[in-house]
Amino acid sequence: MKPHRRKKLTIIAFIATGLSVAIGLSLYALSNSIDLFFTPTQVAAGEVMNGQRVRVGGMVKEGSVVRSEESLHVEFVATDYAHDVLIRYDGILPDLFREGQGVVVEGMVANGVFEASRVLAKHDENYMSVEVKAALDASGHSMPVQETEGAGNGS
Amino acid sequence: MVPELGQFALILSFCLCVLLGTLPLIGAGTGNQLWISLARPLTAGVFVFLSLCLLILAYSFVTDDFSVQFVAQHSNSLLPIQYKITAVWGGHEGSFLFWTWMLALWMLAVSLFSKAMPDDFVARVLGIMGLIGAGYTLFMIATSNPFDRVLPLSPADGADLNSALQDIGFIIHPPSLYMGYVGFSVVFAFAIAALLSGRLDSAWARWSRPWANAAWAILTIGIALGSWWAYYELGWGGWWAWDPVENPPMINWLLGTALIHSLAVTEKRGVFKSWTVLLAIMAFAASLLGTFITRSGLLTSVHAFASDPTRGVYILGFLGLVIGGSLLLFALRAPLMKSEFGFASVSREVFLLANNIILVVASAAILLGTLYPMVYQAISGGELISVGPPYFNTIFVPLMSLLVVFLVLGAISRWKKTSVAYLKQQLLIVAVASVVLGLILPLALTLEFNVGASIATALGLWIVLGIVQDIRLKIANKPSVLAGLRSLAVAYVGMQIAHFGFAVILLGAALTSIYSIEKSVLLSPGQGVDLGHYHFQFDGTEHLSGPNYEAERATFQVLRDGEFVRELHPEKRVYTASLSPSTEMAIDAGFTRDLFITLGEERESGAWSMSIYIKPLVRWVWLGSIIMALGAIVAVLDKRYRRLKVKTLAQEASAPEAGAGVPGGQTA
Repeated sequence: MKPHRRKKLTIIAFIATGLSVAIGLSLYALSNSIDLFFTPTQVAAGEVMNGQRVRVGGMVKEGSVVRSEESLHVEFVATDYAHDVLIRYDGILPDLFREGQGVVVEGMVANGVFEASRVLAKHDENYMSVEVKAALDASGHSMPVQETEGAGNGS
Repeated sequence: MVPELGQFALILSFCLCVLLGTLPLIGAGTGNQLWISLARPLTAGVFVFLSLCLLILAYSFVTDDFSVQFVAQHSNSLLPIQYKITAVWGGHEGSFLFWTWMLALWMLAVSLFSKAMPDDFVARVLGIMGLIGAGYTLFMIATSNPFDRVLPLSPADGADLNSALQDIGFIIHPPSLYMGYVGFSVVFAFAIAALLSGRLDSAWARWSRPWANAAWAILTIGIALGSWWAYYELGWGGWWAWDPVENPPMINWLLGTALIHSLAVTEKRGVFKSWTVLLAIMAFAASLLGTFITRSGLLTSVHAFASDPTRGVYILGFLGLVIGGSLLLFALRAPLMKSEFGFASVSREVFLLANNIILVVASAAILLGTLYPMVYQAISGGELISVGPPYFNTIFVPLMSLLVVFLVLGAISRWKKTSVAYLKQQLLIVAVASVVLGLILPLALTLEFNVGASIATALGLWIVLGIVQDIRLKIANKPSVLAGLRSLAVAYVGMQIAHFGFAVILLGAALTSIYSIEKSVLLSPGQGVDLGHYHFQFDGTEHLSGPNYEAERATFQVLRDGEFVRELHPEKRVYTASLSPSTEMAIDAGFTRDLFITLGEERESGAWSMSIYIKPLVRWVWLGSIIMALGAIVAVLDKRYRRLKVKTLAQEASAPEAGAGVPGGQTA
């Protein structure tokens, strides 16, 4: 009976330690690496703190993309058709980045300008990112693109 | 007409699955030999009709039948033939058919390679898989039929296959990933059959092990191929991104790894039975959850399939039914799962228990990170968040390091009881050597001290030297080294190969993450850029026409310390049917480092933006995966699994046929 109990106790101790370490690590890691999502309207309203890492989703405004001829610097406007946010980015834009298409940017706001560290465009052109869709829905300026999506001809 | 035949075959497969999922199970429960004997022919029938479905869909693709909606959405008359065939799994409906066909393939394999198992047990296994198949085929018929037509106004031409999928990686990655994924339903079926029959003995574990190992090996290859494909096709210079769609296979892999180790304990020592069964259920549930995550469209991801909520609801319902049912059965049968033997607090069992806990905790943490955005959105009333790679790395890296420490301890220690003094005696020198070399080697090679690199090297060496030490001990009493190596059990060799592969992955993953360098620049033709020891000279671009795309092809001269290495040709393509752009990386692959160029876009001045990467040891990640999978396959080939089966059969024949649910034919 005794060694049997001790074995059980060992196992329970193992599991308890494992779990507490895991929970501790998880919570610590989660608290540090959640990126909140904002719409351009929220950014324009100043809801994002300076230096806070966030994601912003919207459409790339037609005619707003300006590429530098000397460096990789790119500026464009992400919009939810209610408010605009100027995005600055040093790097290579994804293949599917296009004016009039949805985009999600990661980065932080500094002095009213969004400095992007990553720019994401969707893999599939028929598919609109949940985040972009949310931004457009929130501003009440939904795009016709949604209709094809809603029709469920899922690709 | 032909697609309707496919539809018909699909419905027939469903009917056969329902028969397979009921008659043999009832037969095995009541001892009805006739119904038991139906299992194998019905399995063959399911396989034949699902194969027919697959062939008909492929035929529709090859003949450009754009009246079939799925073909119209995923193909084009200009698409090269190999992509027309593989476009079968290029979208939701077709890939699900393919997935279901894989299940039928595994079922067929079970029915063919189970001659040594008692018939009623095989009938149960096939019956459970038939039920799963019925769920899958019904899902297709109800919500995602690949044979749906667009009539009478069929499109003249198709929308084309997503350009990112037109690649060799797409031809081989999904089949292997699905094959591995679905393979865990075999182990699940074995576990449920064991619960049903009450045969939770070491024979059951022994029968399951080769299947678990095979599924695990194929899944390993599938994940590695996915990583390799993402690396050279998506071109962001990474090989793993903790994307919500990448995570479910990883979760499954971790649970599968725990399962194959736990099965070993159950077979050899008759303990951990309930845990093994639970793991088998969890691994299968994880594969369903992965399907749900990928296809419900609830998560934002680079490659989630665009969605239809009814599909999500169906899969979630199916998941609930399967998990609920299995856990209920598990609870009812809990008294059967008594451990037969005890073990001391320092023994191989304990180290394998630690291994299992770490693996399950790691998979739970990844699951948490994957589902957290979804849960958060539901709780906060629509607020969107994302959980990035830092979260996963913070959890995964320390846990895996801990796992590595236990790996060597577990492999070298003995079943039942190992003395601490023995472990110290054998492993102290290994520990000292790996720490010292771990400190020296990275420093000597790079002339820079890096904590992470030292820890990773030390852990990698700990595994490798631990293997050497263990083998040295095993063959110490043999007349010669060669004779000693020959005397090692095949399964043991497989295990050590797999562990070595794991060390290679660990070293590759850690060191490439630490030592990779990259640079994004804007270059005009004639300009060059230096990175590390290399110089990249940009010679300009030329126009190129492919079968279904137009491309700009750039030429780079690569020099190392002034000496010519090779030319590299990255491309920027535009596919003519969909007008979608696609970047083709240029990679100079090597054992010690990869050189990697990806083109951005052309500026008005004629200059191109581009990213250049040097990634040391990145190949080791995939090389290690291959070695690891190879180890598992070697273990499957161990004669032990076949030899012992014959003995079981003999015992089975002498035991009287048992009635419903009675733990009959319990092999000792």
